[in-house]
Amino acid sequence: MSQTYDRGPVEDFGRWREFSAGMWAWIFHKFTGWVLVGYLFTHIAVLSTATAGGTVYTETIRGLESLLVVRILEVGLLAVAVFHILNGVRLLFVDLGVGLESQDRSFYASLVLTGAIVVASVPTFLAGAF
Amino acid sequence: MSTPVTEEPESESEPETDEQPAADAETAAAEPTAQQRRMAKKRDDAARRDAQRRAEEETREAENTVHLKVFRYDPEVEGKQEPRFDDFRVPFHKGMTVLDALIYARDHYDSSLTFRHSCRQAVCGSDAMFVNGRQRLCCKTQLADLDEPVRIEPLPHQDVVKDLVVDMEHFYDQMEAVEPFFDPDDLPSDDLAEQRQSRENREYIKMATRCIWCGACMSSCNIAAGDNEYLGPAAINMAYRFIMDEREGESRGQERLEIVEQEHGVWRCQTQFSCTEVCPKDIPLTEHIQELKREAVKNNLKFW
Ligand code: HEM
Ligand code: SF4
Ligand code: FES
Repeated sequence: MSQTYDRGPVEDFGRWREFSAGMWAWIFHKFTGWVLVGYLFTHIAVLSTATAGGTVYTETIRGLESLLVVRILEVGLLAVAVFHILNGVRLLFVDLGVGLESQDRSFYASLVLTGAIVVASVPTFLAGAF
Repeated sequence: MSTPVTEEPESESEPETDEQPAADAETAAAEPTAQQRRMAKKRDDAARRDAQRRAEEETREAENTVHLKVFRYDPEVEGKQEPRFDDFRVPFHKGMTVLDALIYARDHYDSSLTFRHSCRQAVCGSDAMFVNGRQRLCCKTQLADLDEPVRIEPLPHQDVVKDLVVDMEHFYDQMEAVEPFFDPDDLPSDDLAEQRQSRENREYIKMATRCIWCGACMSSCNIAAGDNEYLGPAAINMAYRFIMDEREGESRGQERLEIVEQEHGVWRCQTQFSCTEVCPKDIPLTEHIQELKREAVKNNLKFW
C-alpha cells in the first residue's frame, strides 16, 4: 500500500531535515558500513601487489602515499571506520536494551569522539604530504 | 474565541531625533520659516508614527492569526486531483491546538476540508497527521509550539483518501495480525472469577497498553515504508503487551512469539527510534521491540 501512492514533490519536500538522531545514526551507519566494504576490496587489491614481489609492493605503497588525495582519503577512511565502530558499539548496547533513553546522546557522543580522533590523526596522516 | 490583547499605550514622548529649538535662531535667514519647518517636521513625525503603528498593528494581527498550509487532494473532483496546498489564516487563541485550527478553517472558510477527529483529547487516535514535518496527534499539539506557517499533511506512507484522510486499512490489518486480544491458556474454573494480574506485571506492561491506534509510529517508520509486510511498531507493541502479560500462559505466549519473530516481524526493526519519537502516548516502542528480539533469541537458542 505504501508503495502504490506517490504524493510527488509534496511528499518529500524538505523531509531530510526532519530526521532525528536515531535516523541519522542509521543512515551514517549504513553509509560507513558500505564504505568499509568498498575499502576492503581496494585494500585487498593493494595488498595483492605483494604477490608480484617485495619491490613492486613497496613501490605501489610509495606511489600511493605520495599522492595528496590518498593521504586525505586515509583521513576520511579513519573517520568512517571510527564512526562505524563507535556507533556499532552504540547499536550493540541498543540491542541489549541498555541505555535506550540516551540513544540520541550516545549518537552525538560518537560523532564528537569521531571528530576528535580524526582531528588528532591529521598530523600523522598528512605528515610530509605538503 | 480569541483572548483580547491588551493595547499597549502609545508613547507620548517625542522620538529622540527631535530637532533642538536652538536650531531656529541660527537659520533665520533661510527660506522656510521656523514655523514651516516645525509644521513639516510635525507632518513627518505624524507620518512616521502612523507607519510605526500600522506596522505594529500588522505584527499584532499576524500574532493573532496562525497561518496554516494545508494539503488538499480530492480524487473525485476534476480540479482537485492534483495535490496542492491551501493557505488558511485562523484567529489564534491561547491554548489552541492544530486540530482546533483545522476545525475553525473548515467551519469558517472551506467546508470541504476533510480530516478525521473525534474525542479531541488524545484518546480516539483519529487525528494523527504530518505537521511541520513530523507525525503528530493534532488535538495534542499546541500551535504555539510550532513555527509558522504550520504545514499540515496527511500521514506519509499511506494512501490519501481525501485531503488529510489516509487509508488506515493496512495499519489495522497489521494490528489484527498479532491477535490483539486477551486469550489465556486456561480459564478459571469458576466462570465469574476475576483474572487478576499482579501489580508488578500490570506496571510492566502499563505503557504498552496505552496505544490508541493512531498510526503515527507506522507512518514514521522508514522500514515499514519500504516493507509493506512489516508488522510495524504498533502491532509489535500490541504483541508485547500480551506476551508480557503473565496471565496468558506458556503456550499462548509461544504462539505470540512465533508471530513476531517471523520474517517481517521484530527483526525488520533497525532501531531508528523514529516511532518512539513520534508516539503521542510516549510508548517506548523501540525498547519493546528490542526486548521481544531478545525474547525471540532466548526462545530459539537454548544453551541453558
Ligand atoms: C569494530 C568494528 C565494527 C563494529 C563494532 C561494527 C558494528 C556493526 C553493527 C552493530 C552493525 C549492525 C547495524 C544494525 O543493527 O543495523 C553493523 C553493520 C554493518 N557493518 Fe559493521 N562493525 C564493525 C566493522 C565493520 C567493518 C570493518 C565493515 C566492512 C568491511 C563493516 C561493514 C558493515 C556493514 C556493511 C553493515 C551493514 C549495513 C547494512 O545493514 O546495510 N563493519 N556493523
Ligand atoms: S504505538 Fe503510539 S504512535 Fe503507534 S499507533 Fe499506538 S499510540 Fe499511535
Ligand atoms: S481527536 Fe481523538 S485523538 Fe485527537
